[in-house]
Amino acid sequence: MDKMPRWADVFLVPFINLILAFVVSGLVVLAIGENPFKAIWIMISGSLGSTSGIGYTLYYATNYMFTGLAVAVAFHARLFNIGGEGQAAVAGIGTALVLLAFDWPYWWLAMPFAIIGAAVFGAAWAFIPAYLQAKRGSHIVITTIMFNFIGAALMGFLLNGILKNPDTQNAETVAFPKGAHLPTVHEVLSPLGINFAKSAPLNVSFLLALACAVGVWFLLWRTRLGYQIRAFGQSETAARYAGIDAVKITVITMLISGALAGMLSINVVMGEQGRLIKEFVEGAGFVGIAVALMGRSHPFGIVLASLLFGMLTQGGFELMWDMPAISREMVLVIQALIILFTGALDNMVRDPVERLFLRMRKRKG
Amino acid sequence: MDITDIFLQLMLTADMTIRLSAVLTLACLAGLFSERAGIFDIGLEGKMLFSAFLSATVAYESGNVWLGVLAGIAGSMVFSLIHGLASITFRGNQLISGVALNFLASGLTVVVGNAWYHQGGRTPTLSGAARFHEITLPFADLLRDVPFLGPIYADVISGHKPIVYIAFAAVPLTWWILYRTRFGLRLRAVGENPESVDTAGISVVRLRFTAVMIAGVLCGIAGAYLSTSQAAGFGREMSAGRGYIALAALIFAKWRPFYALGATLLFGLLGAISNLYPNINVFGLFDIPVQFTQALPYILTVVILAGFVGKAVPPRAGGEPYVKER
Repeated sequence: MDKMPRWADVFLVPFINLILAFVVSGLVVLAIGENPFKAIWIMISGSLGSTSGIGYTLYYATNYMFTGLAVAVAFHARLFNIGGEGQAAVAGIGTALVLLAFDWPYWWLAMPFAIIGAAVFGAAWAFIPAYLQAKRGSHIVITTIMFNFIGAALMGFLLNGILKNPDTQNAETVAFPKGAHLPTVHEVLSPLGINFAKSAPLNVSFLLALACAVGVWFLLWRTRLGYQIRAFGQSETAARYAGIDAVKITVITMLISGALAGMLSINVVMGEQGRLIKEFVEGAGFVGIAVALMGRSHPFGIVLASLLFGMLTQGGFELMWDMPAISREMVLVIQALIILFTGALDNMVRDPVERLFLRMRKRKG
Repeated sequence: MDITDIFLQLMLTADMTIRLSAVLTLACLAGLFSERAGIFDIGLEGKMLFSAFLSATVAYESGNVWLGVLAGIAGSMVFSLIHGLASITFRGNQLISGVALNFLASGLTVVVGNAWYHQGGRTPTLSGAARFHEITLPFADLLRDVPFLGPIYADVISGHKPIVYIAFAAVPLTWWILYRTRFGLRLRAVGENPESVDTAGISVVRLRFTAVMIAGVLCGIAGAYLSTSQAAGFGREMSAGRGYIALAALIFAKWRPFYALGATLLFGLLGAISNLYPNINVFGLFDIPVQFTQALPYILTVVILAGFVGKAVPPRAGGEPYVKER
């Protein structure tokens, strides 16, 4: 066995990467003349120190679970879906169309249909890149990037045109019916006597995200389709030889991926904003890449990584208030460094760690 | 609208096309060097943005725009170095590295810019020698009165910022380097078949690093243009997706220098049209929405990628880290 132990592979290496990312981020904070330890403390207390903070953290984490799962499912088939941003945006149109179609009386009635709307639109936006990759060999990374831009243009066109609320200047739809409002954590917990901050946007979509995580796990490791997806990702030639239809797997995987990314609109558009606003995705599609990398494309890892990135996002907002010298974009820097170290520079840490383990083993043996 | 009016509109469009294309051309050539050597670079956007920021700050602090450009190039090359380390030395995923660098540039420029100048990520406005001014080509004023050709020379070809001319000069230079020098031959070979280059005793690592660094220089110049020529100072996210349009143009151009010029001029033209004529009415029947014109470069690229209009075949070894046989 010329390998390091599994715990080192799954936990130690990502942990060292994470530490490196935070050290470099700390240096950036130091360079602009602020105390990095104070910044970390503000971020932690701001994201976990109050029910409002926790509510926001988990709300953002919900988004990242959806987009992280979307990227991870595609990763398992060795497809790099960089189009979560566009798929989520277009899924927002699906959600909005469903919610505006009827005067929904109850949220539990509206939610399944909104989920279907979001899933169909999100999947549709992933379909063309998937089909082109499978049938015409055009690189999915490039086509999904292009579809992000085309999606943004489509949103701009619809929200300044037929879907626009005529009463405002903004590119947004009219408000959804009152009945379509998803219960927030405050509304769910207060009858039980638990007081949770009213301002927190955390809503029942969080449970949907957890269900999606379990569902993805089940799909990938407990079904034939999941086996085919993973086999295809391991070796396309072997998968073909085993009778797995490459076109079918590519397209289905991307449809699932797009639908998962689309679930973000349930949390944001239906759960928080109550109408469709043009820029509602706000980079969550890209954060999904970081989350999937950090979580090693495993649903459990993704849930943990989402919590971390939710804390980062919420903590970043607090940072902006308490340390005006550090702007909110610091979160972007930290995310970038995490992607860089865990995703691109992984071997920088992995190779030395592996060598260390091999040397230790040799000495024992 | 009479004939002189139409002529004036055409001139205006052509002038704007050239101004908008210059950045795209530089970024597209940057991508060309990198991808021809087998290294995917979706970090063009981030490199331009970082360079735009550094050029603006150094030009502002020193009062010398050329120092600004040098700083921008240096910054962009640092990003290239990281990309090279990730994708060549540590054989990491080139796409992920590019994504990370784009993120890093968006974040870092605003964080540092805000900490230094407290203007929400903007840098102070550049003026005088701290920014570029239009160059009047020789005889431009003299020839202006020549009918038809005079105004074209004086108003469309002459009267741009220096970097525009650098951008268009870079096209034949790139062609010459790629197709007429030994370095160019090796560079193309390393993107198609690195094993053969290695067998010939040439270092794959050094060649690829060189290509990636050249991409850094070109992106650096492109970024400097944004903040010292097109605008007078840095603004957050000022690259505004141009790196991705350049990437699209590169595919459109099938990784060839002169095609790249054509593609970037076309995309520049689309940009100029959407700026100058937001809503075009077609024979009084319907309006072409501005969003459609804006999305057209991406749509065209997808069509090209789909292989419906000529097939775009990328360099064969693109995106694959090279592992030497032991």
